[in-house]
Amino acid sequence: MSVPVSYIARNLWTRRVTTLLTAGGLALVVFVFAAVLMLDAGLKRTLVTTGEHDNVVAIRKGTQTEIQSGLYRDQAAVIEMHPAVALDADGGRLAAKETVVLISLTKIGRDKPSNVVIRGTSANGFALRPQVRLVEGRMFRPGASEIVVGSSVAGSYSGTRIGDRLRFAQREWTIVGMFDAGGSGFDSEIWGDVEQLMQAFRRTVYSSMVVRLGDSERFAGFKADIERDPRLSQEVKRERQFYSDQSRALSKFITILGLTLTSIFSIGAMIGAMITMYAAVANRVREVGTLRALGFKRREVLQAFMVESLLLALAGGIAGLAGASLMQAASFSTTNFQTFADLTFGFVLTPAIAAQTLLFALAMGLVGGFLPAVRAARMNIVDSLRAS
Amino acid sequence: MYVLRMVLRNAFRHRLRTLLTIAGLTVAVLAFGLLQTVVGAWFAGAEAASNARLVTRNSISLVFPLPLSYQARIRSVEGVTEVAYSNWFGAVYKEPKNFFAQFAVSPNYLDLYPEFVVPPEQRLAWLRDRKGALVGRQLADEFGFEVGDLLPLQGTIYPGTWEFVVRGIFEGADETKVTRQMLFHWDYLNETLRKTTARRADQVGVYVVGIDSPDNAAAISQRIDAVVANSLAETLTETEQAFQLGFVAMSDQIIGAIRIVSYVVIAIILAVMANTMAMSARERTAEYATLKALGFGPGFIVALILGESLAICAIGGGLGLALTTPAAEMFKAVVGNIFPIFQVSSTTVVLQAAAALTVGVLAAIVPTLQAARVRIVDGLRAIG
Repeated sequence: MSVPVSYIARNLWTRRVTTLLTAGGLALVVFVFAAVLMLDAGLKRTLVTTGEHDNVVAIRKGTQTEIQSGLYRDQAAVIEMHPAVALDADGGRLAAKETVVLISLTKIGRDKPSNVVIRGTSANGFALRPQVRLVEGRMFRPGASEIVVGSSVAGSYSGTRIGDRLRFAQREWTIVGMFDAGGSGFDSEIWGDVEQLMQAFRRTVYSSMVVRLGDSERFAGFKADIERDPRLSQEVKRERQFYSDQSRALSKFITILGLTLTSIFSIGAMIGAMITMYAAVANRVREVGTLRALGFKRREVLQAFMVESLLLALAGGIAGLAGASLMQAASFSTTNFQTFADLTFGFVLTPAIAAQTLLFALAMGLVGGFLPAVRAARMNIVDSLRAS
Repeated sequence: MYVLRMVLRNAFRHRLRTLLTIAGLTVAVLAFGLLQTVVGAWFAGAEAASNARLVTRNSISLVFPLPLSYQARIRSVEGVTEVAYSNWFGAVYKEPKNFFAQFAVSPNYLDLYPEFVVPPEQRLAWLRDRKGALVGRQLADEFGFEVGDLLPLQGTIYPGTWEFVVRGIFEGADETKVTRQMLFHWDYLNETLRKTTARRADQVGVYVVGIDSPDNAAAISQRIDAVVANSLAETLTETEQAFQLGFVAMSDQIIGAIRIVSYVVIAIILAVMANTMAMSARERTAEYATLKALGFGPGFIVALILGESLAICAIGGGLGLALTTPAAEMFKAVVGNIFPIFQVSSTTVVLQAAAALTVGVLAAIVPTLQAARVRIVDGLRAIG
């Protein structure tokens, strides 16, 4: 028979202040741990939803980003005409030739500008990305100096509401609509007509091109054809791959920084748990002796103290996780080191992260509680009953 | 004197508990110091930048170049003493992970950067070789570049394979200068572009402008921007420091998060330390009552508990402080090229000491109040 859990829990309650302080320390560590995982999950979700599986991006060889890339009109035509490219309902080719540049805009409430991606595209650009939907206003008209803004851009930079005018490249651009890209990276972009933007920025080449494959299986053949064609200097990647490559450095940075921090912090929290549990054992020498005299075995005493430590850790873990779940309301925006553009993403709490976080808390309790519990279990009955 | 001995004896009565607490404090002070250093390293580039130089760039964004003809126009602005220019080259050395900055620069560029010290004969050799390049000391040490080495780069912004010959190695004038970069002739870039992609030739990334006095920076910036207002490429001029801070500001939420987290670690250790002191004081209630019965006043009890807390924090904090510099060097060796300047500043050391002191005082407050207030009779009856 093991020691009743209610008895163990009451022990924690009796030393409320100590329990609270220890659980508080654990909760802070758990909070940081969960927040880091959530941030990385948010970044990954943003990127995965940015790419469609059957879409393929063509950029100039050796470049990582659309900003650096270039694509001549004749090259774009060659890629567009490849037989693997899907056709739309009218028999046109599902390909979007795009120009991508950065412009500096000032975030509301800050004095330093951030780089925002401005993407020149066409109706096909929307057709190829079904997650991008216009939610307010209307689409830009081809041939007009009109732009539509992503939902993370609208309202967070000065002068980006519908009806506002932005001045860049010697023109006034009217904002006529706002689109929602379902939490993908496009939410941090501004879109306009590709021909107008190329003229305004005096560009003669496209930046990149996106095509839809008619048959997903033909990707390998398509890739080989494009990369072997002597007229072309492009390489192709699946869109999802392209966007995750682009943020690999940022994702790695967040994960490494966060996990290094939490592992350092967890040492502190485990020491806290260990101190508390050693004290719990030291204060209850007679109690342990009594338990042993009543017939509880060493194993059961060990178990009782381990359960106490785990309960303590669980309380801290739940508190920390609850705090971290509030972070879902916040969003995080930072510059992607690889593209130099601002990217907004949120904290995403997945069941896997919740499970990982609680396991992490329990592991801290386990490590912190083990040695004290061993000490309690190894006590001699007679000596401990005599202790004052 | 004997009070001090009593404090220390008290502190080490529960040797295991105290050692654990000290270990926790050491880790926390160390982590706090490292995090502050990371934040500082982020700003290192901007701090090393000068207020006496202006940077003029295209007002749309840095991606857009400026025409070469602006050099003469900017030169004619009142207060301008020197105009150099540079292009961000962004090429890859062998593998993308070997990232370092390369700039194609005008011949007078080094005149504006007195903090980069090149031996005169090396500078001459560089000026004489069109394919010549100067590399900074930090960069040369990292990749083992030596004068005379052939340095091939794979272009990303400017396609193709580019070859350079290392003609000189420049040193930073002092330790805060970032010399993890490579400079080469803008003319080499431009002549190659004329042959391959003529429309991209004769374009400059940014102009670096030397001015007569830093006090006039704002006025001169406005004058420069006014000279080319309403042209095809309007400019934005700011001090080099503001320009560099602009890059830092782009990741300010990350920096903010690191800052917050560095205080969280102090909060965690405060919880641990407060717990230790609360437990110790509770166990010794009877002793404190005895001391009071012997005639010692509440001030003595306060001194005992506060002294114990401060002693533990001093040992833990001291160890943490001592370990910070070696740990920072290890950290630098591991992450290497992300932060060219990674030094524990004196501010960080002061902050670390202040944090340890604060933890020591705060952790002792509640136990002190309880012990000082306890009535002798109740205290003597108390069982730990």
